[in-house]
Amino acid sequence: MTAPNSMGWQAVRVVACGPVADGIQRIVLESSRVERAAPGSHLDVEVAIEGGSEVRSYSVVNTSEDGRRHTLAVHRAPQSRGGSEFMHRLRVGDELNATRPLQNFPLRVGAARYTLIAGGIGITAMVAMASMLRRLGADYTLVYVGRTRARMAFLAELELEHGDRLRACVDDEDTSLNVAQLVDQIANDDLSPAIEAYMCGPIRLMDAVRRKWSDTGLPLTNLRFETFGNSGWFDPEEFIVRIPRLGIETAVAPDSSMLEAIQGAGAEMMFDCLKGECGLCEVKVLGLDGCIDHRDVFFSEEQKNASRKMCACVSRVVRPVSSDVETSGQSASRESAIVTIDIT
Amino acid sequence: MTTVASTTKKTMEHPLNAWYVAAWDHEVTSTAIISRTVAERPLALYRTDDGRPVALADACWHRLAPLSMGKRVDGDGVQCPYHGLKFNSAGRCTFMPAQETINPSAMVPSFPIVERHRFLWVWLGDPTVADPASIPDMHQMDSAEWAGDGLRIEVDANFQLVLDNLMDLTHEEFVHAGSIGQAELSESDFEVTREERSVTLSRWMLNIDAPPFLARNMQDKFPGFRGKVDRWQIIRYEAPSTICIDVGVAEAGTGAPEGDRSRGIENYVMNTITPVTSKSCAYYWAITRNYALDMQSATTRMREGVARVFRQDEDMLVAQQQAIDANPDYEFYSLNIDAGGMWARRIVERMLQDERNAAGHADPVRMSEK
Repeated sequence: MTAPNSMGWQAVRVVACGPVADGIQRIVLESSRVERAAPGSHLDVEVAIEGGSEVRSYSVVNTSEDGRRHTLAVHRAPQSRGGSEFMHRLRVGDELNATRPLQNFPLRVGAARYTLIAGGIGITAMVAMASMLRRLGADYTLVYVGRTRARMAFLAELELEHGDRLRACVDDEDTSLNVAQLVDQIANDDLSPAIEAYMCGPIRLMDAVRRKWSDTGLPLTNLRFETFGNSGWFDPEEFIVRIPRLGIETAVAPDSSMLEAIQGAGAEMMFDCLKGECGLCEVKVLGLDGCIDHRDVFFSEEQKNASRKMCACVSRVVRPVSSDVETSGQSASRESAIVTIDIT
Repeated sequence: MTTVASTTKKTMEHPLNAWYVAAWDHEVTSTAIISRTVAERPLALYRTDDGRPVALADACWHRLAPLSMGKRVDGDGVQCPYHGLKFNSAGRCTFMPAQETINPSAMVPSFPIVERHRFLWVWLGDPTVADPASIPDMHQMDSAEWAGDGLRIEVDANFQLVLDNLMDLTHEEFVHAGSIGQAELSESDFEVTREERSVTLSRWMLNIDAPPFLARNMQDKFPGFRGKVDRWQIIRYEAPSTICIDVGVAEAGTGAPEGDRSRGIENYVMNTITPVTSKSCAYYWAITRNYALDMQSATTRMREGVARVFRQDEDMLVAQQQAIDANPDYEFYSLNIDAGGMWARRIVERMLQDERNAAGHADPVRMSEK
C-alpha cells in the first residue's frame, strides 16, 4: 500500500525460541528500534542458504509492549526451500538481518463484522488481527483450520483469548471446515455487504474460499488475503525447464524456484513481488510434460486452466501420480516433469 | 509527568492522533475530487453518490499518480487518471488494467473522516483510537440559534504560531488598530484556567468605547446605540488546534460581567487550524452571532470584516515565520501575556509525547484508555 514502506534493514538478535506446535518454532527477535507492528504486517528476514543468502517473509505474531521484540512463528516445511530450516536452527543470541515491520495486509477498522480465516501456519497473520478486533469490541469470528491440534500453533492461547469467537476446525476431530457453509453463512447475513473477511493459509483453502466467495456474488474487495506464494496444490518436486530459443535446459530443485533456476542458467528475467501477485515474471509455456502447480494469484482460474503462461517466481511443474502408485514405492524412479517455455 | 524545556520551542510538530479539518462541507462534492494536504499527507477528498465524505491517500498504489486528478466512478470510488486503476471508498482496488485478477495487496489508505459543524474532519493517526467524540465543540457553526459564515486561509506559518496569535489578543491593539484594536486590551488584566485538553483565557474591559467593528455589530441589535460598553473576550482552546472565542460588548454597567448579557451582543469567533507542513497551515474560521439571525447583510459584513482583520494577522504570521527561519540561532523569550499560548503548547507537547510512547506499544488501545 502507499504507506511509508521503507525497508529499514537492521541487525536483530534472537532472544527466545522454542517449539509451539509440531514442526513450528516460535522465534522472538529483538531490535534496537522501537516500532509497533500493526496487525497484518510482516518482517523480511535474510536467511542463509547454501553459502548465499535469500529473503523470506514472516508475519509478525505480536510485538512486545516496549516495541522492541517481534515474535515470529515458522513452519518447517519438509520440502523447505531452506529458509524455514535456517530459521529453525536459530538459537538465543544469534544475530541476523531483518527489516522493520512491513505492511501489505492491513486490517481496516470500521467494518460491521469480520471473519478471519487461518489455515495452519497462516494463523501467524491472524493472531494480532484477532487481538485488535477483540480490544476494539468489534464483531468478529476467527476460524482456525488445521489437521491436528498438535500442529496448530497458539490454539490454547487463542481459545482463552477469544472464547466462543474462535472456531477451531480440526480435520482429525471431524470438525473440518465446510467452506461452502461458511461463505453461505456470510452471504445470508443481514450485514453481508459490510462483512470483511481476512484469510491466510494454504492455497487450497484460499482458492476454495475465493471461488465460493465469487460464486456467491459477495463483493470481492471484502475478501482480503495474503499469500507469500509458498504453498501449492502439490508438494514441490524437481522438474526440468527448457528454453529452446536460448538453448537452456536446467533442473529446478524442490527447494528452489523456477525463476532462480532460469537466472542460474544465465538468462535475465524481469520480476518484482516474488509472491505471485504482480505478474512481471510470467513466462510463455510452449510445451508441458506434467502439470503446472499454479501458486500465484495473478492469473485467473481460466488462465490457469489454459496453462499457456505461468508465474516463474512461485509456480512449479509436477508429475502427479495416483496414490496407489505412490504407495507401491515406484515414485522414486519417476522421471521429472518437463516444461518448455519462452521468456522475454 | 511532563518534561519542560528550558527554552520555548519556536514552532511545534503536529500530533497525528487528532481530528483536523480538511475542508468546509460545501467544498467537497460527489462529482469532483479535490486535493488537500493535512499534516503532510496529501489527501483526495470526495463524496460517494449517497453524500458520504471519503478521504483517500492522494497517490495511486501503482505509480503514485494523484488520484485527485482522476474521476469519480462506481457509486463510491475513484479511478486513477494515469492507468485507470479503480479504488473504492475503503481504498481497495476494484480494477486493474489488462489483467483478469486484482493484486490482493493493492490498496490506498482510506482515512477516518467525519462531517460535523460544517467541516470535514480527518484523522491521520492510529485509526483504532479515532473517536468522533473528541471532535471539538463548535456547535455555533450549525445551530439554529446562531448565524454566520467564514472562510479558509492558507498561511505560510507553523500552526502553533496561529494558536499563539489567537491565545493572546493584546496584539489586536497593534495589528488591528481601527477595527478591533484598542489600548484597553493591554491595560486590562486577564485570567487563565485550564483542564486536561483545554485552556480558557478571559479578559474584561469595563466602561470603554467599543471598537468600530463591535460598535457596528451592536447597532444590528440596538439600532442607533451610542455610549460606553463593557467588552469581553473569552478565548477557549481545545487540543490540539481549535480556538473558539466568545466576544462581545454590552451597554456599560448593565451586568454583563455578572452574566446578564441582555443589553449586549454575543459573537463567537470560531477558529480551527490544520497543520499542512511544518511551515504552513490551513486556517478555517467563521464569525457567528445569536441575534438578528435573518439579517443576511450582517452575515456578509461580519465575515468580510473579520477577513480583513485576519489578512493583517496573516501578514504578521508569515513575516514571523520568515524571521524565525532567517534567524535560526535566536531563541524565543516569553512575556506574561503568553500564558494562554504557553499552556496550549504544553498540551500539544504532551500529546506528542503520548504518541511517541504509544509507538513503542503493541497496544495503542490500552494507551488511550488509561
